[in-house]
Amino acid sequence: MNRVKRQIAPYLLVLPGGIWLLIFFAVPMFAMLSLSLQEGDIVHGYRFTGHWQTYTEAISAYQEQIIRSLIYGVIATILLIAIAFPMAYWIAFYGGRRKGSYLFLVLLPFFVSFVLRTISWKQILTDEGPVLQPLRDLGLISQAFHILGTPYAVILGLVYNFLPFMVLPIYVALERIDPRVVEAARDLYANPATTFRKVIFPLALPGVFAGVLMTFIPASSDFVNSEVLGSSDTTMIGQVIQTQFLENSDYPTASALSFVLMLVLLIGVFSYARILGTEDVMKVAAR
Amino acid sequence: MSASNMSDPTFLRGLTQRRFGRRDALRLSGLAGLGGALAACGVQGQGTQAPASAEPDAVAKFWNGKVKNGTLNFAGWPLYMDPKRPELKKFTAKTGIKVNYQEVIQEMGPWFAKVQPQLSAGQSIGFDLMVITNSFQFTQFRDSGFLAPLDHAQLPNYAKNAGAAYKKEAFDPGNAYSIPYASGMTGIAYDESKTGKIESLADLWTNPKLKGKVGMFSDIQELGNFGLMKIGVDPAKSTEDDWEKAAEELKKQKDDGFVRNYYDQSYIEALGSGEVWATQAWSGDIFQKNLSDNTDFKFIIPSEGGTIWTDNFTIPITAKNPVDAIMAMDFFYEVANASSLAEYINYVCPVPAAQADMRARAAKLSGDAKDALLDVADSKLVYPTQAEYDKLHYYVAFEATSEQQKFQKTFEPIVLG
Repeated sequence: MNRVKRQIAPYLLVLPGGIWLLIFFAVPMFAMLSLSLQEGDIVHGYRFTGHWQTYTEAISAYQEQIIRSLIYGVIATILLIAIAFPMAYWIAFYGGRRKGSYLFLVLLPFFVSFVLRTISWKQILTDEGPVLQPLRDLGLISQAFHILGTPYAVILGLVYNFLPFMVLPIYVALERIDPRVVEAARDLYANPATTFRKVIFPLALPGVFAGVLMTFIPASSDFVNSEVLGSSDTTMIGQVIQTQFLENSDYPTASALSFVLMLVLLIGVFSYARILGTEDVMKVAAR
Repeated sequence: MSASNMSDPTFLRGLTQRRFGRRDALRLSGLAGLGGALAACGVQGQGTQAPASAEPDAVAKFWNGKVKNGTLNFAGWPLYMDPKRPELKKFTAKTGIKVNYQEVIQEMGPWFAKVQPQLSAGQSIGFDLMVITNSFQFTQFRDSGFLAPLDHAQLPNYAKNAGAAYKKEAFDPGNAYSIPYASGMTGIAYDESKTGKIESLADLWTNPKLKGKVGMFSDIQELGNFGLMKIGVDPAKSTEDDWEKAAEELKKQKDDGFVRNYYDQSYIEALGSGEVWATQAWSGDIFQKNLSDNTDFKFIIPSEGGTIWTDNFTIPITAKNPVDAIMAMDFFYEVANASSLAEYINYVCPVPAAQADMRARAAKLSGDAKDALLDVADSKLVYPTQAEYDKLHYYVAFEATSEQQKFQKTFEPIVLG
């Protein structure tokens, strides 16, 4: 009897999560897959015809935006690591008793809506705003120079909005490092740089990996930053999907693009995991 | 972010390992069902083949047996009615109908996407009256059979007071499904202190002062219209060839570096913050902006022409209180009510007699209040003269969905870059 129970228990435990996945992931994904293979228009309805050409048409029409989104996503992620690592490092090793408060500060922006914060950047960076106007008055930048509407503004928005998602996982990884390991490295005459390179950084890698997952994917598919801070030259694929869904009611194209984006991101993440070594990925999963 | 303790890898493996050939079983049963299930997830449509004019007995069929219920759920737009809702209060006092007014419509596309599933399932959308623009989506609403045919016998004030132009809208012949709420013009707004005088669309393409400082609309129809008028074509009479040429013209404007960006409603901020110096604009917005922020932006209808659009009262086919809705529609066509609505929103009033009413009311006031009201009464943006109307064009009226999709596909690449 006990043996049977033991066999069933894991299945029962996975049931809530499983049902959740089924209802909120598998079913919608399936409906979307079906939609992407339908033909028609919103007035006369869409019918399933297995019209896979929607995929090729969507890719050829919007490949530019897909590639652009990936480039922005990669640049933003690299910048995020560069900014978040020192922050997390400092909080983990020099935060002392105030660690909690520092982490709270990192999270504080979340208390204001994502869209509102992005809009305030728009006000800061605008042509005659508090940053550019003084520079222009001083003659340091030309009349035509602007930041809003350029890729710089969009990437800045992405980095700003996703920073906490990179800081926290790296912090968690660094925080777990046993100080005695670091001391041991010093005892063995490693200088600080070597200690960092050979001991601390490898131990923090799972955190970096988790951070990349949590920032690269949403950053590449984001549509708010480009919508608010960008221009028609910075259109990202998320905006295209949103336009196709809500403006044009072209559900098949929007669904097909969503799938393509998902596939591209999965390939990206898995090749990254491959390069980093599956060992580390499993470590992340195991935590 | 806290690492989960539950997911011990061995435990996870135990759950996912292929033990009893579970997946195989799933795969077998799944594959057989897959094709059928994929096909079952269709999106319903309600389209009819000749929807533009209702069947002769459609009106009688819809209105037969409908009675006043004393409740009205009204879907409107932000900033499109005095926040104190004086007209609605008056309506309730007069008719006893309680009005639940909500500013739920911000853009036509998302609004259509939001209510389409309920309407095609024949369910109520929770609103009995909604104000929708004569955009692509108006045609979609109408052709899907989502709009109730109007019984004009119940609209005596509309018949009496509506201006002639508001009784023959191309997008809704005979006003079978809609009557105007307010109209507006699309023209050019500019900051004269920075640009000097601007009179034509050509300025937005070639005036060297405006390089990189021009705002255009991201709305495909508005953008396309300006391209068409720039090449000298009346949008309402344009052909597919014209669309291609207009798209090239707009592409050129972008490639030559004139366009700073393509905006939605945010063009007003862009103009206010100096991001753009001249922009496509909606008439009432500029009037309100100047009034509320004490700015002095100019609004013109370019010499090549501008467009006029109309936001319309419509009744969703599934409305629970259609009689209350049509009573409210007619109520807004009483001169005094039309006049007080226009006074607040500053868009083109479909009731010409409201101008005299405003002047009469202004005469009884004094000081600033009087001047402000007279400003509205004399505004050519609220009461355009014949000279203005002559320069205004109507939108392209699409006959088929495929035509509309072609239009969208022609102009969309400009905005989506």
